[in-house]
Amino acid sequence: MSAPLPVAVVSPDVDAPQGRPRPLSRANLLQTVATGYVPLILATLAVFLPLLWMLLSSFKQPGEIVTMDLRILPESLNLQNYVTAMTTVPFAQFFANSLIVTVVGSSIKVILAILTAYALVFVRFPFKNVIFVLILVALMVPAQVSILPNYILIAGMGGKNTLWGIILPGLGTAFGTFLLRQHFLTLPPSILEAAEIDGAGHWRRLWQIIVPVSVPSIATVALVTVVSEWNDYIWPLIITDRPETMTLPVGLTLLQNSEGNGAGWGILMAGAVLVIVPILLVFAALQRYIVAGLTQGSVTG
Amino acid sequence: MTTRQIHSSSTAPAVRPGSTPPAPPAPAAQPGLERRRWSGRSRKDFLVFLAMALPNLVLIGTFTYWPLINNIYYSTLDWTLGSASATVVGLQNYITFFTSEDAAKVLGTTAVFTLVTVGGSMVLGLLVALALNSKVPGTTFARSAVFAPYVLSGVGVGLVWLFIFDPGYGVLAWILRGLGQQSPQWINDPQLSLVMVIIVYVWKNLGYCAVVYLAGLQSLPRDVMEAAALDGANSVRRFFNVSLPLLSPTTFFLLITTMLSSLQAFDLIRIMTPLGNGTSTLIYEAYLQAFGAYNRAGYSAAISVILFAILLIITVLQLRFVERKVHYS
Repeated sequence: MSAPLPVAVVSPDVDAPQGRPRPLSRANLLQTVATGYVPLILATLAVFLPLLWMLLSSFKQPGEIVTMDLRILPESLNLQNYVTAMTTVPFAQFFANSLIVTVVGSSIKVILAILTAYALVFVRFPFKNVIFVLILVALMVPAQVSILPNYILIAGMGGKNTLWGIILPGLGTAFGTFLLRQHFLTLPPSILEAAEIDGAGHWRRLWQIIVPVSVPSIATVALVTVVSEWNDYIWPLIITDRPETMTLPVGLTLLQNSEGNGAGWGILMAGAVLVIVPILLVFAALQRYIVAGLTQGSVTG
Repeated sequence: MTTRQIHSSSTAPAVRPGSTPPAPPAPAAQPGLERRRWSGRSRKDFLVFLAMALPNLVLIGTFTYWPLINNIYYSTLDWTLGSASATVVGLQNYITFFTSEDAAKVLGTTAVFTLVTVGGSMVLGLLVALALNSKVPGTTFARSAVFAPYVLSGVGVGLVWLFIFDPGYGVLAWILRGLGQQSPQWINDPQLSLVMVIIVYVWKNLGYCAVVYLAGLQSLPRDVMEAAALDGANSVRRFFNVSLPLLSPTTFFLLITTMLSSLQAFDLIRIMTPLGNGTSTLIYEAYLQAFGAYNRAGYSAAISVILFAILLIITVLQLRFVERKVHYS
């Protein structure tokens, strides 16, 4: 994981192949900067400047925003916008709701994915291939087209404006099951043989052998699930219309409705910071797993 | 423990119903016993499998498969959301959609949004991937940076860009004023609204294409690339004649996945243009009809079914082509 990177950068003299000059040699410096760094820096800035603008604006007072001459830096690190955002709408409640939905929803989904994938790979059962194909197809069915029927189903069960109503329809996990099944298939059967001789049952084999050696794959599934639960919008938007059970993205929409005039931009940016920054921090810390999980399948086609 | 086992195996033949011969010859009894023991274990496996997989399978069935069937049923109803009664009208909702002005507008918007966002994020993604593929230090950081918008909340991102595009106090208006221009009315003009949402969507998604293309570039066979370089092909020709054809599996994969996600794009459209004025794609129209002002559940379901049919066709095309096109090396 934290294995040292190839050291060509650290000791360029030794590794530089003949006929392909080092990128940072004096002769090539200009060309490297022009063709290597300029596009990279442009791309990075294109991502960071809007986010930086969000952060700076979240400290600005209405007078600093509703003005014809743009000021880049806020006059002070004034937290008034955050206070206003949290008192106009129950932001702390939204935050708590998002946290509960994300933690509970993701935990159950990951456990269900582990159990289903283990059963599909290691437990004898007829029609396993049929079941797997049904899971694969479910992976391709977009949640968006199921919104109306699920709304009618959940509302009929009394799940409107409840946290379980937000969590329940998303609990079945085709993505996690698929990803973990593919991983379990790559494990050598020999790691289970000792346990089999030991007489350990499936339950012990799963938690004492399979799970410990699959931590990176499980982390990938968990992180991708956390990110998508936190950002999920269309379903919570439909199933909640009272602030007590809204999640952050839905609450931000509510804030937009009440602060959608020019003077409210600072407050809205404070709200956006509260939605975006937690995921940005998680991503910064664990991006390796998240990128791997979200681009899964690209290599195999 | 041992005694009980002996006891049960010795009583088992006696318990078995009826016609068993009293003393079966030893060689015949052996496989029978084996099979019984095996089927006992496999019955246990059967139950273990159900205990482990059934909750997930039931949830997928209830909230993924069942809604598909329900949607088709709802699409045959004239039904106001929240009303207790509905009339079956057969294909009337579909006829209404395809004969109204909605169809051309919604399908046109969907086509423009999908084609431009797919093309935009793939071309820009490939360019960024080429930049990331250079051997200068710092590419790891840049790779994470360009991927970051992809994982951020569409609602948050939409608001940030709405502020940037704001014709009064946005950064863009300020830059344009500096150039002596008036800011266009991004929000009120339906066509400009679509342009605005497309720009933000591409900004949010091109990092995904970049990272997938980068993986593709890095797995290109090195000997082929070196041979092309030795042949004296310059880097532009190497790219168009060697890299790009070899990348065709990646391109195909991205084409399908980005098309599927563009067709499902909702968050940005909802937060940036709530009324869907000029930006109402199929998915957004289905949302507006049922949950916007109209409460037309049956009509919304019909639009969802049309969207699902399109997504299904793309998926099937993918499966058909994937075997033919994707092999190389």
